Amino acid sequence: MTEFAVELRDVVKEFADPGKAGELVAAVNHVTLQIKDGEFFSLLGPSGCGKTTSLRMIAGFELPTSGEVLIHGQSMGKTPPYQRPVNTVFQNYALFPHMTIGENVAFGLQMKGVPKAEIEPRVKEALEMVRLPGYEKRKPRQLSGGQQQRVALARALVNRPEVLLLDEPLGALDLKLRKEMQLELKTLQREVGITFIYVTHDQEEALTMSDRIAVFNAGRIEQVGTPADIYEYPATEFVAGFVGVSNLIRGEAARQITGTAADFTIRPEKISLQEAGAPVADGRCTIGGTIHDVVYLGAHTRYLIDLDGGGELVVVQQNLETTSMDVRAARGRKVQLVWERGHNRLVARSG
Amino acid sequence: MRSKAFGERASWPLKTAALGALLFLHTPIVIIILYAFTTDDRTFRFPPPGLTTQWFETAIASRPDFWAALGLSLQVAVLATLAALVLGTLIAAAMYRTKFFGREAISLIVVLPIALPGIVSGIALRSAIGFMEIPFSFFTIIVGHATFCIVVVYNNVIARLRRTSPSLAEASMDLGATTFQTFRYIMLPSIATAVLAGALLAFALSFDEIIVTTFTAGQQQTLPIWIFSQLSRPRQRPVTNVAAVFVILLTAIPIILAARLTRRAGGDAPG
Amino acid sequence: MAAQTIPLPPPSLARRLSTFFYRRPRLSLFATLALPLFWLVIVYLGALLALVIQSFYRVEGFTGQVVREFTLGNYQQLLEPANIDIILRTSLMAALVTLAAVPLAYPLAYYMARYASPRMKTILYVAILLPLWSSYLVRVYAWKLILAREGIIGWAAEQLGLSGVLDGFLAIPGIGGPSLALSNFGVFIAFVYVWLPYLILPIQAALERVPKSLLDASSDLGAKPNTTFRTVIWPLAFPGVVAGSIFTFSLTLGDFVVPTVLGNSQFFIGQAVLTLQGTSGNLPLAAALTVVPMMIMGLYLTAAKRLGAFDAL
Repeated sequence: MTEFAVELRDVVKEFADPGKAGELVAAVNHVTLQIKDGEFFSLLGPSGCGKTTSLRMIAGFELPTSGEVLIHGQSMGKTPPYQRPVNTVFQNYALFPHMTIGENVAFGLQMKGVPKAEIEPRVKEALEMVRLPGYEKRKPRQLSGGQQQRVALARALVNRPEVLLLDEPLGALDLKLRKEMQLELKTLQREVGITFIYVTHDQEEALTMSDRIAVFNAGRIEQVGTPADIYEYPATEFVAGFVGVSNLIRGEAARQITGTAADFTIRPEKISLQEAGAPVADGRCTIGGTIHDVVYLGAHTRYLIDLDGGGELVVVQQNLETTSMDVRAARGRKVQLVWERGHNRLVARSG
Repeated sequence: MRSKAFGERASWPLKTAALGALLFLHTPIVIIILYAFTTDDRTFRFPPPGLTTQWFETAIASRPDFWAALGLSLQVAVLATLAALVLGTLIAAAMYRTKFFGREAISLIVVLPIALPGIVSGIALRSAIGFMEIPFSFFTIIVGHATFCIVVVYNNVIARLRRTSPSLAEASMDLGATTFQTFRYIMLPSIATAVLAGALLAFALSFDEIIVTTFTAGQQQTLPIWIFSQLSRPRQRPVTNVAAVFVILLTAIPIILAARLTRRAGGDAPG
Repeated sequence: MAAQTIPLPPPSLARRLSTFFYRRPRLSLFATLALPLFWLVIVYLGALLALVIQSFYRVEGFTGQVVREFTLGNYQQLLEPANIDIILRTSLMAALVTLAAVPLAYPLAYYMARYASPRMKTILYVAILLPLWSSYLVRVYAWKLILAREGIIGWAAEQLGLSGVLDGFLAIPGIGGPSLALSNFGVFIAFVYVWLPYLILPIQAALERVPKSLLDASSDLGAKPNTTFRTVIWPLAFPGVVAGSIFTFSLTLGDFVVPTVLGNSQFFIGQAVLTLQGTSGNLPLAAALTVVPMMIMGLYLTAAKRLGAFDAL
């Protein structure tokens, strides 16, 4: 592979600090990233972490204060958005209200001077691809949120961009619709074959859809990796806490369990509960505690355990045999937490 | 803060007071129209002794001063509106999103011509005209009018711009349209009705204005100045009322149009 | 779908210009603002400056020409009792008009904001804007008709046998006059009438911004409608009242039309200015007198800003 689809090289973006006049705050703070061709790549992080700003710099709506943005090896410099080979799908769809669906989808082709005869069949093709055939004459306000989102997709894809940028496109949809669209988007990406760069704050969404994820925090990238990498081997305390439940164990408590005082995290589903005082096999970590709270979630149950030495751990168990009745009785019971030593993950403190 | 849940209705004292205010606003106008038909041309006797349409004929046929004033008012209004349109839209475009140094000051300056009492603007322009020794003319009137019409256009356009989602312009550029193309295909259609509404309001404002005009007009008479001069002359009183009816029509129609335009486009912006 | 990106159109002049401006946001801003700012600052602010300068000049007694020498004589003249009288009379009228217009405007604004359906609201908007724009002069003139001795009010008073009351009212000094159409009271009524729409609309806009949830919360916590109005609605919508009052106050302060059409011989600031710059030919004094409402409005606007009126406009 000679070049990446998108590359950010030591990119910094500073804005005027709204709180302190005259001062600057870095929304994106020395970010370096390489995104491969054909990947479904997610930028994940809480609000204000710099993921959207980074996306906008790829699109050209913001220009970096320093550093370079490259698309297929070409440095973008100060190129405006209309000269870049990328297209964006916006969170609020941004469909032009005074145009029909057909005109919306045709807009990019029209601006680039594609002959009229060619525009019509391409628009038709794009709408069929997002499963909205025959919608050309309707107006955006006649469509539901999910439909508008698909039109936005068609409008972007019909231009055959080298990279598609998606800025939290499913944020305004309800849960069920969102889950449907997640799968649709993933299938679409595989069909079309181009690189998708996807911004989201929903870690479950990122885990579901992405080939690789970059986790952002306060303007920096804390980890880049596949969903499994990030979940199973979180590099920092922040990543461990943001993606899934972290169950962070520090200092003294850590020494008690593992023998060394290094911080580590253990995922809740990796822990099993035994009767207090039952024998523990070699090579396993263990600690005693009391069940403080139980939440029945249908397919599994979540326990909040107060540890004997202080602190808490979250444990999640599949409800293979337990039912909600057993759950109520569990509160206050003394238990032994047991897990494989190999599942501990050492983490760095977050910068 | 609308209260339509559970069949909540306005109490009848409230409705009466509201209706009273509305009647208070409109009855005098009805009276004026009524008096344009009275046969009594000396006093304001009520009830009018008789009704006739002769004054309309008189005004149309034998009062060239009326027509001259009407014509001048129309010309001034059209030109002042055009100037205000350009200037007001430019300011609105500059002000609606970017925060820059001096933004609040500009906001104030735009409003000043209308916020300061008319005589202030009037004497100010008069003094400036005096200093620069420009003769009073058609153009001095227009300059005065355009200046206070700017804010009317500005308010309408910026209100609409603020309601337009900024991602529309971004989406347009993302899809390949330059800033000029974006303005032409995306922004202009979305503010078109606001611009038009602003223009109509500016027209009505200019057509009706008397205070600043008195100070900047020299010998010329716009229609309001003409009416004002007629008020102290008892000759053919109802002709003044006829002129008033003309003015009511010429300002009412743009207003109704402007209101319908602003409302219709107001419900048009999803996402 | 074949994945071939569409080629960009050739770089025309328009495209290059567009990119030029896109990369220089501050230059774009300047280019947009240049013309209007020039107009407003040079023409308008320049004129205001001319006014202030003018107020320090004087007229040559004989020729009536303006002498461009700095003098405070005009301002000294303003302190003469006759002029002070005019200033106080006008200010008092402005205050009274503003105070009287609020209870008249509020119910209509309240109804519009709270109870009117969208369709009714548009109708009411038009109904309120229509008189506003259908010629201010005509509307003032209408009151001359209505208040004339032989007009409607006089006729109604006769029918109801209240002519005596009317005459008694007209005899009150300061308020009355030869007839209602030539009295300070007539002036007062006409002022309230013409500026009323300017007050209704900002109040209505401010009332609309009060979230319904606040009213629900208030009644949920046990407040009766009157209390909710007094403690929740009125304070929150107050900036709108102040915003509207800027208009009623300012417009009354500077007006000469209404007092000329409906007043008796007691002068208001506007009339004084008009005669000074016209027939009396003393433009510098007129300018000095005009500075007074400017200062008053300056103070008023500062107070209004503190009360949040500018956010309500």
